[in-house]
Amino acid sequence: MSGLRVIVGCKRVIDYAVKIRVKPDKTGVITDGVKHSMNPFDEIAVEEAVRMKEKKLASEVIAVSCGPTQCQETLRTAMAMGADKSIHVEVDAATYENLQPLHVAKILAKVAQEEKADIVFTGKQAIDDDCNQTGQMVAAILDWPQATFASKVEKVDGGLTVTREIDGGLETIKVKVPAVLTADLRLNEPRYATLPNIMKAKKKPMAKKKPADYGVDVGPRQSVLKVEDPPVRQAGSKLDSVESLVAKLKDAGLVPS
Amino acid sequence: QHVRSLSSLVDLPETHEMLRKTCRDFADNELIPIAAKLDKEHLYPKEQVKKMGELGLMAMDVPESEGGTGLDYLAYAIGMEEISRGCASCGVIMSVNNSLYLGPLMKNGNAAQKEKFVKPFLDGSQVGCFALSEPGNGSDAGAASTVAQLGSGKYTLNGTKAWITNGYEAAATVVSGDKPDLSFLHCTLVYWMILVPVFQQTLDAGRIGIAAQGLGIAQAALDCAVDYALKRNSFGMPIAKMQSVQMKIADMETRLESARLLTWKAAMFKDAGKNFTKEAAMAKLAASETATYNAHNAIQILGGMGYVTDMPAERHYRDARITEIYEGTSDIQRIVIATNVFKEYGA
Repeated sequence: MSGLRVIVGCKRVIDYAVKIRVKPDKTGVITDGVKHSMNPFDEIAVEEAVRMKEKKLASEVIAVSCGPTQCQETLRTAMAMGADKSIHVEVDAATYENLQPLHVAKILAKVAQEEKADIVFTGKQAIDDDCNQTGQMVAAILDWPQATFASKVEKVDGGLTVTREIDGGLETIKVKVPAVLTADLRLNEPRYATLPNIMKAKKKPMAKKKPADYGVDVGPRQSVLKVEDPPVRQAGSKLDSVESLVAKLKDAGLVPS
Repeated sequence: QHVRSLSSLVDLPETHEMLRKTCRDFADNELIPIAAKLDKEHLYPKEQVKKMGELGLMAMDVPESEGGTGLDYLAYAIGMEEISRGCASCGVIMSVNNSLYLGPLMKNGNAAQKEKFVKPFLDGSQVGCFALSEPGNGSDAGAASTVAQLGSGKYTLNGTKAWITNGYEAAATVVSGDKPDLSFLHCTLVYWMILVPVFQQTLDAGRIGIAAQGLGIAQAALDCAVDYALKRNSFGMPIAKMQSVQMKIADMETRLESARLLTWKAAMFKDAGKNFTKEAAMAKLAASETATYNAHNAIQILGGMGYVTDMPAERHYRDARITEIYEGTSDIQRIVIATNVFKEYGA
């Protein structure tokens, strides 16, 4: 196969280092004025796609993000890392609150078809909702093979060999192209966006689209009832012997007396 | 790790936010882990400087057409602060190369000189230095006694320079004396060299760099103090709950933000082509004294732990202290500021 065309899904999320606070009205978490960045797993996907281009496996890397205007910052970071161009699918802030993986997957699938992509690459999950669904849904919609939780990707005759991190250890599979890949933590270490590349990214094209352009309805499919902090962890107690431990477990009804 | 939300009155342009993130991530990953070792073993961070060069940090405002990063001085100030927050030594190396070495060369060098003295100094593989001070004079730059004599088509320098940052590692130096007719003696530093008269602009630009370095040190000291205060328990509570600690933290944060705004203003004046001598002096004065203030108070908040080398507070203090001295002592900065104030009043 000559140069693969790679779409990379990039989500703008609250920065991993921020201490999350629940809104007083319990409808969500506070995002106003809070530091956001590209989902770390998506960063890894961008890095891998750029490396594929450097190895001449990929011919073009296109970053895509669905959300409000601020997503453009995320896309410019992707371009500063080496993506050739980007697509911002604009979703207003109110609608974005209820945007779900299925909506995004439908959009990414359409983008992939329009851009004649060979690979759709995303992070394995977003660190805000931990859904771990978008990549898999894209594959199902397009009827493409999927290689998720990738910790290694290599080109071989007829497709790609992907090592996956699974509960039991490592699994290596071969997939034909076109395919969906999702990136896991140990796939690579993303590069710094160098200052010259940050400057170059300003000149790279960013297309502005809407979900309607792809015929996707992003109306809410669910509503959030309540968001609250997990209960405060109770202090434990130190016991001096196995006997007292067993007694306590029996008292608590956790072990039959 | 601490994430400051930008609550200042200015939202940085996107490019500047992006480069701030790159520099901060670089400082967190590559500088903070080794800063204590560099300090303890007196090592020159050659590898780190090379990486900084690859990021574009060693030639920040050299135009892209000439191989630099093509950013403005506000970007430089931001980059300097983030790098210095990680390692103050890497900060001053970066500042000298950018402001004191490349600055005058880009302004005054001809094409041939730029080819030789600018091009190889952009990517961190080589650094330059700026030799002004001598054993007999620091603040009294006019008393410089290094002379250059023109004979058989070349200059020979004679004299001794001292206190030259990057002096050992530099592959070239911008040497200056005070006399525009360039009477210099043979120099004991053996490098390729070119000579330029000292321009106020070079010093002013350097002061923005050092101000930013001071900000980075001050921030690091504040981060250290806050982190400790939230965790250290005494009298049955985290010491952060004590007003004596809160008063210090409040003053540290306020002085830091004030110095930062002064620094950014000086950088923006320079970028706008306005005269920025007074602004640069104010920035350097404020930032350097804030760096010392913050480090001093960080040590106090940490108590005994602030004094020992296990924690970085004492290193922040030593790093801070020199910023009140080099590139124009605080005393000189005050004279510059007062002189400019009187000028504004028509005196």
